[in-house]
Amino acid sequence: MSVITIERKVLEKNDELARQNRTLFASRNIFSINIVSSPGAGKTSLVEKTLEQLKGKLNVAVVEGDVQTDFDAQRVAKYGVPVVQIVTNGGCHLEAKLVQDALQNLDLTNIQLLVIENVGNLVCPANYDLGEEMKVVVASTTEGDDKPLKYPGMFRNASVLIINKTDLLPYLPCKIDELKRNALSINPSLIIFETSCTTGYGVAEWCTWLTGKVFQHKGTK
Amino acid sequence: MHELSIAESIVDIIHQYVEEKHLPLVHDVSVKVGALAGVVPDSLEFNFAAITADTPLQNARLRIVPVPFVIRCNECGATSEPGGPIAICPRCGGMATKTLSGTELQVAEIEVNEPEEAP
Repeated sequence: MSVITIERKVLEKNDELARQNRTLFASRNIFSINIVSSPGAGKTSLVEKTLEQLKGKLNVAVVEGDVQTDFDAQRVAKYGVPVVQIVTNGGCHLEAKLVQDALQNLDLTNIQLLVIENVGNLVCPANYDLGEEMKVVVASTTEGDDKPLKYPGMFRNASVLIINKTDLLPYLPCKIDELKRNALSINPSLIIFETSCTTGYGVAEWCTWLTGKVFQHKGTK
Repeated sequence: MHELSIAESIVDIIHQYVEEKHLPLVHDVSVKVGALAGVVPDSLEFNFAAITADTPLQNARLRIVPVPFVIRCNECGATSEPGGPIAICPRCGGMATKTLSGTELQVAEIEVNEPEEAP
């Protein structure tokens, strides 16, 4: 018997495809974000509000990921942006290959921002790089303020936390300061926004920041 | 349930490696799994056994080598294992910390029969 040292990352194949996606985005000057959350936190509502806000300011394209149905792509298509739906047929997360294939069916001409909405799941998507510039995790107030501690991987790997459904705070035991404290204890560099996609609260602030990032990114190319 | 696709990636890496190097039967596979890798060891073992059944890897044992989450504080310089996912220095409470280990997900070693001598 002999022992051979391999030392290879288990997800190296995904990472390589993510690198290819990243190269494609860079060559087209596209800033990309990967939106993750548990199911029902408000990812698609946030995408809709963001599209509304950015209309006429940024050219946006969207990749939607779901286990079944193209409901989300239909919702997003109403905003007149290029959108493609990935149906994972049971798969619990998006992988770089799925995004790469989906991009074949998306017109990226003049696109400045690509929004990838992942499958609703706070566990698995944390491990899979899609080639995005940053992960944006949405946590809604209805999920409770301890979510970051229960699902640390996602909060650790995200750059931005959007606390959604703030309009419901008066009716919930969720303490928003506690939620923020918990999130920052996992990842002190998280940038945090508060939104209500029902009332529109906080969406402008998030979009202003995001637009700044898109142009800042462009400036570095 | 991403342990299934992780098990598949492990099997792919072994197959590729064994083929490239013309190696004989693999007995043991050790995989480093960091405390923050988000992988459930039992589930990974189960899925690995399930997908290698009736294949040349069916007798290969998956050995999971846990890697602790270790941070170094940028403020007081202490190196510590916080014991959970919290990236705050347990010594001084500093929030600016650097992760030294704990996110690994890596095929570390394989154990094979001695390669047969070339005639």
